Amino acid sequence: MKQKAHISLTLNGEAAEVAFAPHKTLLEVLREDLGLTGTKHGCELGECGTCTVLVDGRAILSCLMLGLDADGREVETIEGMATGGQLHPLQVTFADTGAAQCGYCTPGFLLAARELIEKSPNPTRDEIKEALSGNLCRCTGYIKIYEAVELAAARVRGEEMELPRESVYGYE
Amino acid sequence: MMRLPKFDYRTPRTIAEAVKIIGDVGPDAQFVAGGTDLYPNMKRRQQTPGTVISVMRLSELNKIDGDGKSGLTIGASVLLSDICDHTIIKRDYPVIASAARTISTPLLRNMGTIGGNLLLDTRCNYYDQNYEWRKAINFCLKKDGDVCWVAPGSSKCWAVQSSDLVPVMVAIGAKFRLISTLGERMIDAAGFYNDDGIDYLKKRPDELLADIHLPPTDGWRASYQKLRRRGAFDFPVLGVAAWIRCGTGSGSDRVADAKIVLGAIAPSPLDVSEAARELIGQPFDAEHIHAAAEACYVKARPLDNTDFVMNWRKQMAREYTLRALQELL
Repeated sequence: MKQKAHISLTLNGEAAEVAFAPHKTLLEVLREDLGLTGTKHGCELGECGTCTVLVDGRAILSCLMLGLDADGREVETIEGMATGGQLHPLQVTFADTGAAQCGYCTPGFLLAARELIEKSPNPTRDEIKEALSGNLCRCTGYIKIYEAVELAAARVRGEEMELPRESVYGYE
Repeated sequence: MMRLPKFDYRTPRTIAEAVKIIGDVGPDAQFVAGGTDLYPNMKRRQQTPGTVISVMRLSELNKIDGDGKSGLTIGASVLLSDICDHTIIKRDYPVIASAARTISTPLLRNMGTIGGNLLLDTRCNYYDQNYEWRKAINFCLKKDGDVCWVAPGSSKCWAVQSSDLVPVMVAIGAKFRLISTLGERMIDAAGFYNDDGIDYLKKRPDELLADIHLPPTDGWRASYQKLRRRGAFDFPVLGVAAWIRCGTGSGSDRVADAKIVLGAIAPSPLDVSEAARELIGQPFDAEHIHAAAEACYVKARPLDNTDFVMNWRKQMAREYTLRALQELL
């Protein structure tokens, strides 16, 4: 059994190489060997979605993928979501609508939502619910998250969308 | 933090290479596809193979061929997401696409495969726990212990078949192709599962599930209904697959053949032939559907080892059979 495995991958758009103990999960490699701690540890059993990253454009759970299987693939983490100093529209709307409280689940939600709006630019509320059904939030609740995704999808399409008044100002 | 134990990871490129590795290494080796079943089990030390052989780089296992007319062959490594979205599967085998869509979440379906789902480890409240939890009850019959905590007098493990696709495959009469260094064989889905939570498959450990063969869609219809606690994301605690073929010509108003298969209620899928008997040769109407549902209620004997009160799950066998059959009206 080898002490260290070595892989090359495209990480957030840049070529990267990393050596790590071969039985490590991608989550462990990202956090411990690449220093990218934006991807969070949650249940570690595939139940909570907080470790979600994109691999070749698909949202997957990094706690259940071996680091070795990322060899030659394109991995995108929350650290790569903003480009050129500009936040991704989803990041902006999550902040604007208060779709994060403690924020621990937010990176996972953002990446799962990103796969959705790239595949389906005008998602229905039901499609959003299904796409985010593997991500658990224990404090914000889901309504603001759904609204943030709807608003971001609209902005990416070049449209503006008005949120329900109570979402912005609360019940008056 | 739960980490994987150390193991040797192999990534063969051909089926011949994959079955040779498992033949050479022996019982300490295990195949893995998406890893969404095996890796959590390894983290909890329920399964601890010394060698893990990935089947994800076997291009032969990643194909879908055919259609409803000729029958469809689905490679075992096809992702569940791709099953849900596949144009031909949605058109010709909607029951497969819709049952696959009820499995876990989009994130897990982007990783998990159809083959992995059909080989899913059996589940039980006393087994699907971390190592310390299991150690505290002195383990159980399925792993490291000698008592079944569900039925302490039992010499048999009662862990539950928990795949959504298994009852559907049995109901529609799918076949599986298995390959080993000794050759290959086809086996009916109906004869593939043992009623034993430990030894739950007829597949030998050295055999690779290569592909799944769906029969042509010549005049049958099928449906699947799933009971679970959370609509968003849960294993089934009851699944009902219903399959009927109506007669032709003068007998077209009558059911020529039928099959009702219950999942997630026993260690193996349960083919309720008594329910089929209520339907075959009869008009497909509310009266006979109710009789079939009653037969499923009688036959379902869930134990107290998954979610919900077991008596309520038994009653739901009636309700979910009704729903599955009504979908086919």
